Amino acid sequence: MIHTHKFETIVVGAGGAGLMAALYASQGSDTAVLTKLYPTRSHTGTAQGGIGAALGNLDEDRAEWHTFDTIKGSDYLADQDAVDIMCQEAVNVIYELEHMGLPFDRTPEGKIAQRPFGGHTSNFGEKPVRRACHAADRTGHMILQTLYQQCIARNVRFFDEFHVLDLLLSADGQATGVIAYEIDTGDLHVFHGKALIFSTGGFGRIWEITSNAHSLTGDGPAIALHKGLPLEDMEFFQFHPTGIYKMGILITEGVRGEGGILRNRDGERFMERYAPNLKDLASRDVVSRAIYLEVRDNKGIDGGRYVHLDATHLGRQVVETKLEDSAEFCRTYLGIDPAVEPMPVQPTAHYAMGGIPTNVDGEVQRNASGAVVPGFYAAGEVACVSVHGANRLGTNSLVDLVVFGKRAGKAAAAYCQQNDWAELPAETWQPVQAMLQRMMDKDGQYNAADLRAEMQSLMMDNVGVFRTEEGIQSALNRVRELQECAQDITVMDKGKRFNTDILEAIELQNLLDLAEVTAASALARQESRGAHSREDFKARDDENWLTHTYASKVDGKINLEYAPVNITIHNPEERTY
Amino acid sequence: MRIKMRIRRFNPEADSKPWWGEYWVDVEESDRVLDALHQVKWYQDGALTLRRSCAHGICGSDAMVINGRNALACKVLMQDVGDVCQVEPLRNMPLIKDLVVDMEPFFAKYRAVLPYLINDNLPASGERYQSQEARARYDDTTKCILCAACTTSCPSFWANEDYIGPAAIVQAHRFIFDDRDDAADLRLRVLNDVDGVWRCRTVFNCVQACPREIDVTRAIGEVKLALLNGLNE
Repeated sequence: MIHTHKFETIVVGAGGAGLMAALYASQGSDTAVLTKLYPTRSHTGTAQGGIGAALGNLDEDRAEWHTFDTIKGSDYLADQDAVDIMCQEAVNVIYELEHMGLPFDRTPEGKIAQRPFGGHTSNFGEKPVRRACHAADRTGHMILQTLYQQCIARNVRFFDEFHVLDLLLSADGQATGVIAYEIDTGDLHVFHGKALIFSTGGFGRIWEITSNAHSLTGDGPAIALHKGLPLEDMEFFQFHPTGIYKMGILITEGVRGEGGILRNRDGERFMERYAPNLKDLASRDVVSRAIYLEVRDNKGIDGGRYVHLDATHLGRQVVETKLEDSAEFCRTYLGIDPAVEPMPVQPTAHYAMGGIPTNVDGEVQRNASGAVVPGFYAAGEVACVSVHGANRLGTNSLVDLVVFGKRAGKAAAAYCQQNDWAELPAETWQPVQAMLQRMMDKDGQYNAADLRAEMQSLMMDNVGVFRTEEGIQSALNRVRELQECAQDITVMDKGKRFNTDILEAIELQNLLDLAEVTAASALARQESRGAHSREDFKARDDENWLTHTYASKVDGKINLEYAPVNITIHNPEERTY
Repeated sequence: MRIKMRIRRFNPEADSKPWWGEYWVDVEESDRVLDALHQVKWYQDGALTLRRSCAHGICGSDAMVINGRNALACKVLMQDVGDVCQVEPLRNMPLIKDLVVDMEPFFAKYRAVLPYLINDNLPASGERYQSQEARARYDDTTKCILCAACTTSCPSFWANEDYIGPAAIVQAHRFIFDDRDDAADLRLRVLNDVDGVWRCRTVFNCVQACPREIDVTRAIGEVKLALLNGLNE
């Protein structure tokens, strides 16, 4: 059965960016939010350590220092005008979250409490600064809850457990809506809109060890790619240094912010050798590489592929009040009390710096020259503004999603007021229904879980923290074979109701398409920058590669274009911590 | 190790009533019940249906009844389940399919307590100040992830599904005891209803069920006291 709906603004995804966008879009347009989960299940809720803003509540701080740190952290690949906007607007948006009721921790005088975080410094790199505003180590949970609460207060319309499968463009290329699959019934819904905001999050599930939820399958960027739109800087994926060994569950950088220390098998504080100034609080790409090199040098604990994160000297009070959730993860999954024993950690795939290219108002770009798709917006991890460049600083994901979620929401509302309804294309739900039917009828040779596991281990081994041409090429070749296999999967569940079996198969196809783009972008970039470390091209090469990658898929082939980085404030310098 | 999974199954398109499916899985001791359920779904019966997302106890998707007790499937380790791991959907909720229940009645109760800060007096600039003591007053109830483990473990809720339930009271508590909020009286009025806080018989099931270790019964008790004595007692 086909249902149709008409809303001026349609938001897809209900994490921090989507909810913030919805709050603002709904003030000027009739708005609906679609999510394949319930809003409070979104992955923003798992963010732990804090949200950065130069409030200066405990140390002197300035937005321009935050801007500098973000640009340096990005290895000079971020667009500096966008970073400047983000860091300037971060301050007021934090106050706005407080006004919405967000329960930040407080200083003794009652201001919002702040703590140090990796790569955040005062006075252009001089020393660590307390900038991360926090609510224990569940800051993301509090942001997600608070934004959802405000959506309830303002009667925002939600369609929970609606999985978006396609994006509709009018004949002249305007965004006109989406096709969604209602999970409970298996029915298709056509949502006709004027403005469309994608805020579907990341795609960390292309890697084996990841902090990302099972649901982070990159549905948004994959759909954009299928529509011929480009994805920007996909070779840059952040590996967070401290995932729980083998499980990938995140242990917050706040542990090191509070004074935690990384140690190798000799008990040595090895970060002193890699980052003499900031040590354990160097930026994430630097620390993840250091852990890999220690392990390679046989300095892993008991010769294994992990090191220790030591918080035993912080005292029980700090561990139990400021690092409560991380401590709980250790007790639950490892049987370890971090106040007494060190935590076994390894780098874990964490965050996509790349994604759907947008300008600072969230408008989606259709090519490397910056022309936009009218009516189409993206915000949050799914988007690439680019404020994170080649490596994101801790806390800046949360800053990104509230600042640019708000900007996208406002821009979408303004667009709705200024523009008429664009016509739906001649075919809307028909191609999606045909695809679903084909998948249901298929008596295929392959099992989605097997293909997924193989992709994840391929990507981890060959397109992970360190990369070589040979490794990336072999992964790319195999990913392309897996894409073929994924067209030949047997869906075991033949029912209409709550068929998560078919959805997992579709999600796998999305993941494989993003793995392909990631590997192809990584193969082409012959330098090392931020999270992209090529062992065959060890140096950063500003002369040839101070560029954004725009990867699209044309006639089944990846097409790469490049666009210059917007450098308006700080000229690239050597990056040391 | 090899463990038998006993899973309550129900396909609304084929079954007139739920039945028990039995499956053998090979798991590590440190695997989660969620991993075992995935093993069944991914390699034995793709039609097995459950909700899950973050897999580490934060998103609240996978609350279910495991060996008789409410828990998140991603927070119970296989080493702790014994020889047979029996898994059922949350009790007293409309069943959709297998381990998936209709959460809408639960969220309707959540919305009924006005779960958002109400205060129109904003400072001209900057944040509102709040003392560390005032912030600590409602800290425990800010941890709630709306998984419904508490409410569906409550015998009062089993007896009367109109009872607003511990989760909604926890959410109300988070605002009632936040000194930045001005609408405690509105929420207390909702909770003073015949299906409100007085249906709690302090059985403490909710405390045992909560995966976030919230002292739920204590929060409910504080709301009852506020109703009896006023907020400033």
